[in-house]
Amino acid sequence: MAKIQGAVTIDNDRCKGCELCVNTCLQHVLGMSAKVNGKGYHYAYMENPGACTGCTNCAVICPDGVISVYRAKVGE
Amino acid sequence: MDPKDIIKPENLVYRKSRLMSDNVFNFCPGCGHGVVVRTIAEVIEEMGIEHDVIGISPVGCSVFLYDFYKFDVVEAAHGRACAVATGIKRIQPDKYVFTYQGDGDLAAIGTGETMHACNRGENIVIVFINNGIYGMTGGQMAPTTLEGMKTTTCPRGRDVRTMGYPLNITPLLAQLDGVYYVTRHSVHTPANVRKLKKALRQAFENQRDRKGTSIVEVVSNCNSGWGMSPKAANDWMVENMFRKYPLGDIKVDGKLVMDMNAKR
Repeated sequence: MAKIQGAVTIDNDRCKGCELCVNTCLQHVLGMSAKVNGKGYHYAYMENPGACTGCTNCAVICPDGVISVYRAKVGE
Repeated sequence: MDPKDIIKPENLVYRKSRLMSDNVFNFCPGCGHGVVVRTIAEVIEEMGIEHDVIGISPVGCSVFLYDFYKFDVVEAAHGRACAVATGIKRIQPDKYVFTYQGDGDLAAIGTGETMHACNRGENIVIVFINNGIYGMTGGQMAPTTLEGMKTTTCPRGRDVRTMGYPLNITPLLAQLDGVYYVTRHSVHTPANVRKLKKALRQAFENQRDRKGTSIVEVVSNCNSGWGMSPKAANDWMVENMFRKYPLGDIKVDGKLVMDMNAKR
C-alpha cells in the first residue's frame, strides 16, 4: 500500500526559535536544536523525520515563514 | 525513505509566498503579526492581484510592512490609514486597497478616521490586529487592554473606574450601514489560520464586487508585551482574550449575525 511521507526544510538562519511549530506538530517530528544560529536562537529541526506526513501545519503556524513542506508517495 | 529523497521541487506542497521579500521580520519570536502578514500575501498571490494591490501601513508593529512585501505599500501617519486608503481608493477605484492596523492605531488615535471611513462605506479592506497592548512602544495600556490586565502604564492592572472599559470596537463598526463584512479570527492554531485565509479572501472579493467596507479583526498574542513565552501567551489569549473578544462572523453580507447581548 502506498504511504504518504513528508519532509520539511527549515531556514536555520531565519528561525527565531519560538517553538510554535514544535507544539503544533501532531507527529512530534520537530525538535529544537542544541545549537544556536547567528542571532543566538535555538532553531527547529527534524528530530524524528520518519514520522512526518507533510500536513503543512508547522509551516502554516510559523510566524517567520521559514518552513517549506514536501510530500511524496512511498512504498508503491 | 530518506528526507533528502522527498525534498525535491516536484514534491513541494507549501512554501512562503513569492510576494514576500527576503527581509527578516522585525516581529518578536512567536508573534501573531508574522502569520497574518504571510497569510495576506498568500491570499493576494492566489487571487493573482499583486499588480493591482496597494497596502497601507500606519505606525505600530505594522510600520515596516513595505519591507516585507514585493507589492506596493504606502506609509501613513499614526491612525490615519483609513484616511489615506480613502484617498487612494477614490483616485484609483480599480485597485485593491487594504489597511493593516493594530489596536493602538485603529482603536485609539485613529478611531475618528476609522469610524468615518466605515460610515462612508469606503470600498476598502481593513485588517485589524488586536493584541490588547501597544506592542511596539514597550507594552503600554491600549483601549483594548482587558480589565485587570497588567501593562507598563497600569502595573497594578487596568482599573475600569479610572481607566475605562476595554473597547470592543469591531461590533461598534459593524453597526454602521456602510460596513458590509465584519469577522473576527485568530492565528494561534493552523485551523484558525486557514479560517483567517478564507475570511481575507472573502474581504478582497467584496472589494472587487464594490460591496463596501470589509473588516477582518485578528485577535493576536503579544508575548513580549505580555511577558510570556509564545505558547503561554497563546494559552493566555484563549483563556482571557476570547472571553471579551469571541471569534466568529459579526456581520455577513451587510447583516448582523452575532448576538451582541449574548452572555460571555
